[in-house]
Amino acid sequence: MAAFKETKLPADAPAADKALGWIDDRFPLSKLWNDQWGKYYAPKNFNFWYIFGSLAMLVLVLQIVTGIFLTMHYKPDAGMAFGSVEYIMREVPWGWLVRYMHSTGASAFFIIVYLHMTRGLLYGSYRKPRELIWLFGFAIFLCLMAEAFFGYLLPWGQMSYWGAQVIVNLFGAIPFVGDTLSLWIRGDYVVSDATLNRFFAFHVIAIPLVLLGLVAAHLIALHEVGSSNPDGIEVKDNLGPDGHPVDSIPSHPYYTVHDLFGVSVFLVIFSAVVFFAPEMGGYFLEYNNFIPADSLKTPSHIAPTWYFTPFYSVLRATTADFMYVLMAAVAGYVVFIWLKSRLAFKTKAIIAVVALLMIVGMQILEAKFWGVVLFGSSVMILAGLPWLDHSPVKSIRYRPDWHKYVYLVFGLSFVTLGYLGTQLPTPAFTMVSQLCTLLYFSFFLLMPWWSTMGSFKPVPNRVTFHPH
Amino acid sequence: MNFPKKLIAVLALLPGLAFANEGGFALDKAPERASLSSLQNGAKLFVNYCLNCHQAASMRYNRLKDLGLSEDEIRNNLLFSGEKVGDMMTTALRAADAKAWFGAVPPDLSVIARAKASSAGSGGDYLYTYLRSFYKDDTRPTGWNNMVVPNVAMPHVMWQLQGIRTVKMVEEEDPHDHSKKVHSFAGYEQVTPGTMTAAEFDTATADLVGYLEWMAEPTQGTRKRLGVWVLLFLAGFAMLTWRLNASYWKEVK
Repeated sequence: MAAFKETKLPADAPAADKALGWIDDRFPLSKLWNDQWGKYYAPKNFNFWYIFGSLAMLVLVLQIVTGIFLTMHYKPDAGMAFGSVEYIMREVPWGWLVRYMHSTGASAFFIIVYLHMTRGLLYGSYRKPRELIWLFGFAIFLCLMAEAFFGYLLPWGQMSYWGAQVIVNLFGAIPFVGDTLSLWIRGDYVVSDATLNRFFAFHVIAIPLVLLGLVAAHLIALHEVGSSNPDGIEVKDNLGPDGHPVDSIPSHPYYTVHDLFGVSVFLVIFSAVVFFAPEMGGYFLEYNNFIPADSLKTPSHIAPTWYFTPFYSVLRATTADFMYVLMAAVAGYVVFIWLKSRLAFKTKAIIAVVALLMIVGMQILEAKFWGVVLFGSSVMILAGLPWLDHSPVKSIRYRPDWHKYVYLVFGLSFVTLGYLGTQLPTPAFTMVSQLCTLLYFSFFLLMPWWSTMGSFKPVPNRVTFHPH
Repeated sequence: MNFPKKLIAVLALLPGLAFANEGGFALDKAPERASLSSLQNGAKLFVNYCLNCHQAASMRYNRLKDLGLSEDEIRNNLLFSGEKVGDMMTTALRAADAKAWFGAVPPDLSVIARAKASSAGSGGDYLYTYLRSFYKDDTRPTGWNNMVVPNVAMPHVMWQLQGIRTVKMVEEEDPHDHSKKVHSFAGYEQVTPGTMTAAEFDTATADLVGYLEWMAEPTQGTRKRLGVWVLLFLAGFAMLTWRLNASYWKEVK
């Protein structure tokens, strides 16, 4: 440990400078500011897709602040919860505004996070050396979904109650431990006051703490390797005489004002929703949730909130008939790996054995279990992206043109699954969601091969930037 | 049908699914009744006709001041059973008694106008149609039935205003199976007139529904008025940040 070095400024220096000097001697405040933002050099060619990380942080803060004010008046008791929300809406000064900001913020958070992930997909932001940023981000996504799920029970409406009942019951599909696990999660044999109390604890403090830690880790990992950019080239390969990349600029003031503009556009859209369409046609605030929870009355149509519907569709698509398609798909995939991949023989053998066990399992265990497996897998597979993508280039700009159509089909499948998840299942809808499920998983599972196919375009040395 | 044929049949019929709906009685559009006098009339109808069995436990009587009523006017005209003007709109009918007498507990009406919205129409449309769809049915315990909620437990509370009506049912060929017949709704028939004409009753119901829509979210007026100013400010702010951003980025080559 070096000896304490005291900053000595001339006696007539401004008081603010002296105060900052005093702090900097004892706490790395200026260093933190400069390393994390002030003199954090970022590529100058960020486009529209690069605003969503900052917006996600803004909405996180928004949710926490509005959440704190809601917690001052909300009552986490099965008999009082619904009434306390109406109390906030009517009697707490500005309570209606805080409530609408929180409910709109939840949906906004998911729109932003899905667009943020799309940026990652388009520009290969998850490629080496940024795999860990992607993994932390994936963990954030899981926590966000858990946070939204726990939070949705709190208003104690019909959809809150029955949505929680359905999803917790899914854990009952796990063989042997399922029922005990569901009982442990719920704290009771059905969703009840016990469940509400613990979901309140998870939503208010447990997951937000984990989220804040993960966001810090996500940003630390990012700043360690430096931001990528829409061209997918490593700007640090080209340093200038000052030691900084020639294609980078300091985040302050350039990205401070840039993000400030992005934030103000977001606030216009956000406020338009909060003040003029907080229910958003029943998608942000569901109509059924204005009926207090009734354990004796099952709604005719239980659907999760819109941001869960793509994965919910995958669950519903897994019918008994679909199991045969899945068995064939697993067998076909193993054959494909044996013929086309360059994995070691031992690895291929293990894959074949696992696949055989899966196919046997698909005969023995009912479709409900495999539906849950696919439901979980459709989320988990995102974590594998850094190791599935073998493209010689990072960014979609330098991939063969037909790759763009592959991404488009993937995107359309995801959105279609999302739409179908909001509708009642019909034979036609089920068939379409089964097709989209296959397309969705194929995008990832066949990526090690299709990502290398085609003629790639030459990647430039310098970023593509047109002075404004 | 084998699988490929089934697949083709399903895919060919997919576009038709865009027009499928879940069925149910078609809803009329609730007329716009946003004037203070309509809302006050709606409040009067609500307190006189609805609060005998229903409650609106999240709604405080003195919130009616937002509709231009004074505390004295509320106290003298709208409080019937010893409540204070700061009390919530509760009912003396106990839930257990209601279950025994009607077969169902009358739901709380605080946010009913938000709860009844669907793809078939807004919550107001639903309530407006529901309240005007009662008809005489001697097979029911209350003597009343309803086209929107078949075999509803609620009687026609405002029957004295609307009068007594029956439904006309006609036998028609089933459009899906021409060998079968279905009973179709073919309109109402006024048996005994009420104290209001049909048009007057429609207006009164519209006032009541307007009140229910207001009561479901009393702050909606403030929300929209404030929203205009917020958006105007933010639009101006976004213009400023846009030009500020442009001025800095001119330096970046």
